Amino acid sequence: MSFIEVKHINKTFKVPIKSSGRFGALKTFFSRKYNYIKAINDISFSIKKGEIVGYIGPNGAGKSTTIKILSGILVPDSGNVVIDKMIPWKDRKKYVSKIGVVFGQRSQLWWDIPAIDSFNLLKNIYKLDDKEYQKTLNELIELLNLKDIINIPVRNLSLGNRMKCEIAASLIHKPKILFLDEPTIGLDAISKKVVREFIKKINKQNKVTVILTTHDMADIEALAKRIILIGKGKLLYDGSLSKLKRKYDYFRKIKVITKDKIKIEEEYVIEQKNIEGGIEFIIDIRKIEINEFIKLISSKISISDIDIDSGNIDELIVKLYEDFKI
Amino acid sequence: MKSYITYFKLKFKTGLQYRAAALAGMATQVFFGFVYVSIYVAFYESGSGNLPMKLNEIVSYVWLGQSLHAIVYMWYKDKEILNMIKSGNIAYELCRPQDLYFMWASKILGERLSNCALRFLPVILFALILPSPFNLDLNIALPRLLLFIVVMILSTILMTVLVLLYHVICLITLDEKGIVNIFMVVSDILSGMLIPIPFFPKYLQNISNILPFRYITDFPFRLYVGNISMNEGFIGIIIQIIWIVILIILGRLITKKALKKAVIQGG
Repeated sequence: MSFIEVKHINKTFKVPIKSSGRFGALKTFFSRKYNYIKAINDISFSIKKGEIVGYIGPNGAGKSTTIKILSGILVPDSGNVVIDKMIPWKDRKKYVSKIGVVFGQRSQLWWDIPAIDSFNLLKNIYKLDDKEYQKTLNELIELLNLKDIINIPVRNLSLGNRMKCEIAASLIHKPKILFLDEPTIGLDAISKKVVREFIKKINKQNKVTVILTTHDMADIEALAKRIILIGKGKLLYDGSLSKLKRKYDYFRKIKVITKDKIKIEEEYVIEQKNIEGGIEFIIDIRKIEINEFIKLISSKISISDIDIDSGNIDELIVKLYEDFKI
Repeated sequence: MKSYITYFKLKFKTGLQYRAAALAGMATQVFFGFVYVSIYVAFYESGSGNLPMKLNEIVSYVWLGQSLHAIVYMWYKDKEILNMIKSGNIAYELCRPQDLYFMWASKILGERLSNCALRFLPVILFALILPSPFNLDLNIALPRLLLFIVVMILSTILMTVLVLLYHVICLITLDEKGIVNIFMVVSDILSGMLIPIPFFPKYLQNISNILPFRYITDFPFRLYVGNISMNEGFIGIIIQIIWIVILIILGRLITKKALKKAVIQGG
């Protein structure tokens, strides 16, 4: 049996419909109508110990709902979840001491006090041993470079520094599983890099299983070998990122800096347009190999510079969403 | 247990930081105490004399109510808990290996005791230095004082579980306005905070004798001033304990039910 086993879970939310207009409020008071929104529709997957899994999908796809079910906060309407031999919402108290959760849009640190005080509080909440706690804390401080920010009240921290503290807070009790719900939201490039590096490190060193949701495809590219894609509550793809790339990422943008003019009308050229100082081609690499294409154009024109865009994962996802009509 | 004490300590400490709020509270309590006492004095001097409480009893009753106001008043909302429910930050609260109910109980208790700690003594001191008949009567026999302390401790616990009940109802209603507000106002009145229960019409007295509210305010204070006999005091203690048990069971039941259907607000 896998470390995390999710079988056929469903979750529906009941949302009251509010009528608008002059007597709208009155109308809703007397006759309530509800919309039933299927947030999760028969999702199953399993995850092995020590994996990093990227959980992706557009807004409202049901990512956060899944994370909340997996972390024992929400109860699914039907279906089964077994994680480390426990059912999250049934053995909640025991279970949550084994997991760490970061909700990128919320804060678990106490706003008015320095992060270190929050950590000490968490130490008592999780009933951690003094020595063990000190050791973990020192490790986290070093890895995330927290030394200078740990004594500043949280409300005075920048978002990047706060997120570092949030992640540290979720790891203080050495969880086996780490759930990250949009951990890099709103961070600058450097902070994102730090967070990613850190997640990689703890996954390798401490064998922490990581499940992360994100809209930043660079996160996925840097961290997750495996992705689970959901849309409108349904599971659409579960597999490796490279396989998905092979399947969907077949357009390449090639910029050629040249003074010459050329027009190629073949089926492998999807688009050709003139840009400043040169020409831009978009080619389909299923129909022609890149080196073939370069050979071809270099035999016809003189090239002073060339730039190949290796495909953008963001575009891949957009294509994917279009394909699945979500 | 240790972790619950941690919450209590944290809340207590943060509460003590708000000195300006404490000063304002003190001034309010002194002001209201003085106004209420003056009204009762005027009332008693012009009245027929056929009243259920003696003047010195009711004056002491008012001053006890004002000095312990931070503990006994029922219209209390824990902003942190309510915000958590409304914004969905309760998600983090549920990720802790703890019982939500007792965690919140220790938070509420910590906050209210810290509020009281700063205001209690100054208000009492003020009430003591006032001339008769405006002053608080400190003349109390030791057994009665001991009984009062026990009753007051139970009353604090009863207050906590009652206020907590209102807060866990918000887990279902997702807002404290409306029905919860009405509960709060009714409990404030029936607790004897505004007017002591003996001044109520007979039928309302009978109702409030059954309900838990009176056992938070009216019962301990009247025991202190000697309007209730020691025997009645012991019976009252039993009723207090029964209500504490009932409210804890009810509160935990609601919490469990609500969390099963929980909707975490805001994505």
